Amino acid sequence: MSNPTPLLPPPVIELLDVALVGELTVIDESGRPVTYPLIPLSDGNVIYLTSSVLFSRKLRHIKANPKVCLSLTDPVAIPVEPFHRATIQGDARVVEEDVHEGWERLLPMWRAKEPAIDFFLKKRFGIPLFFERSVIEITPHRVLWWEDGRASEPARVYELAGVS
Amino acid sequence: MAKLEVADAISRAESYPHGVLAYVGPDGYPVNIAVDFTASPSAAVVDVGALDPDLRPTDGQDVELTFSHIRPQPGVGYDERRYVNLWGPAARTGTGLRVAVRRASGWDEADTPFFEYAERGVPAGRDYLDELGARPRLSRLWTIFLATRLPFLTATLIPVGLGGVVAARDNAFHTLWFVLALVAAMAVHLGLNMANDIFDDTNGADAANVTPTPFSGGSRVLQYGLVTRRAMISGCVALYALSIGLGLFLAAERGWGLLGIGAVGLVLSLAYSAPPLRLVHRGLGEPVTALGFGPVMAVGTYFACTGRWSWQPVLASLPVALLIALVLYVNQIPDRAGDAAAGKRTLIVRFSPTQVQAGYAITVAAAYLCIVAEVVAGVTPVWTLLALVTLPLAWRVRNGLRANYGDPYALMPTMQSNILLHLATGLLLVIGYVIAVVS
Repeated sequence: MSNPTPLLPPPVIELLDVALVGELTVIDESGRPVTYPLIPLSDGNVIYLTSSVLFSRKLRHIKANPKVCLSLTDPVAIPVEPFHRATIQGDARVVEEDVHEGWERLLPMWRAKEPAIDFFLKKRFGIPLFFERSVIEITPHRVLWWEDGRASEPARVYELAGVS
Repeated sequence: MAKLEVADAISRAESYPHGVLAYVGPDGYPVNIAVDFTASPSAAVVDVGALDPDLRPTDGQDVELTFSHIRPQPGVGYDERRYVNLWGPAARTGTGLRVAVRRASGWDEADTPFFEYAERGVPAGRDYLDELGARPRLSRLWTIFLATRLPFLTATLIPVGLGGVVAARDNAFHTLWFVLALVAAMAVHLGLNMANDIFDDTNGADAANVTPTPFSGGSRVLQYGLVTRRAMISGCVALYALSIGLGLFLAAERGWGLLGIGAVGLVLSLAYSAPPLRLVHRGLGEPVTALGFGPVMAVGTYFACTGRWSWQPVLASLPVALLIALVLYVNQIPDRAGDAAAGKRTLIVRFSPTQVQAGYAITVAAAYLCIVAEVVAGVTPVWTLLALVTLPLAWRVRNGLRANYGDPYALMPTMQSNILLHLATGLLLVIGYVIAVVS
């Protein structure tokens, strides 16, 4: 999953690398935004999120309309100094050929942010449906970047090359 | 996320340091950005602070405001998860917006613990998996372990062990007959566990229970789709068939009187949850459990070893009969809402929390009095007084019930201690007999 020249701007990758929570906004069947706090993972090119089938509504929304947006806004959940904020728009794809184990390729990145996941995974037999998970892959095409975190100010906009 | 009252949701939002405004931009992509805000719960509006003019929704556009919180826990991950979503039309006000909130939802794990939140998602999760043509998977061993509720076999090991050591005290222990009686008792116990799950699935008690724990709420293999109903019924029938086959063999070899005790055990195990009797629905689960996992198993094992009747195994098993009834009693506490919804009127459903706790204290005291009284009466060996060392464990359970009655997850250590109380007391009674036999 590594790429020597990552698509996302380095400061955004820095945020994604440490963010415990990002806000994923999808569009529901009536065309309105719906936002879900999730752990964002990234290899610098694609943003990955996982969703248990127990909480599958967002997956249905994405399948109906793949246009999504992820914001990184919470200074408590994103321990970087100085603090920045970013919003990433892109197209999402739900990967669920193997909901049982397919998502486990992301475990190293997930574990880095939430080490307790290994404890829960060992207890998988107790909450088996929680670990039947789809992967949401977001290919970013635009980034809004606030150097000082003040989103009331004009954002620096990155139109990402190589994205149609 | 669960639906929230608008005023309540806006009040909750006030505690967050910032919000995230989301709307659908002109290119069809959602936009979400951090915003400062002022909430007015009584007016059902949220005023959003200054925005970059290029990132303002159009006047009157439907927008969403999200407020999210976690507390990082280095080396673990995070806790204190909560969030609130508000939806409504936004009116431009100078450089900001005024959002008239029309709908709200959210989740706070302090109100709805994660495991309950996840359990509430099970029907939707099953539907989603069905659409994918997928099924949740566990290894065969784990599936059998869960479906049969194997760890609860301690409830069988203790009375059967007592039947064996009472026979040994009468110089009539027989290894082969003891082992066969043990296997037959284990088979009927595991069959009973599976039958209980099948009937609780049929009557909706397990589905209505959104706070299962490892000690309560059934095995959940049917609710989670880990085992088909057909496979569950097949497994249950096979275990009962094994038990009946061994029972018939033992009766033929050791005396037909064993058929009577076997029949009682079988009928009790089925009548526990099967219609028309459904004894557990009538508040009779505890006495049935006490009888089945006390005197019935102890006497059956004694008869299998000795080929005759005696009151000794009945008396020896009385303390563990009371304690195993208390295991069921305490384990039904987290199930009470689901049981009540399904018309399963267990003692816990019928009693107030104070009555339940008093019932526990009286019954556990009776178990210990029984141990002492039987020794004083010369019925049981003096070494069985060893079992009194578990008294502090009983005290711990009593305190745990008082402290955590209303919280299924906080009650888990208490349920575990209560199971351990039965096991440890029973083992010490068995050891007491063994010492008496060898000394």
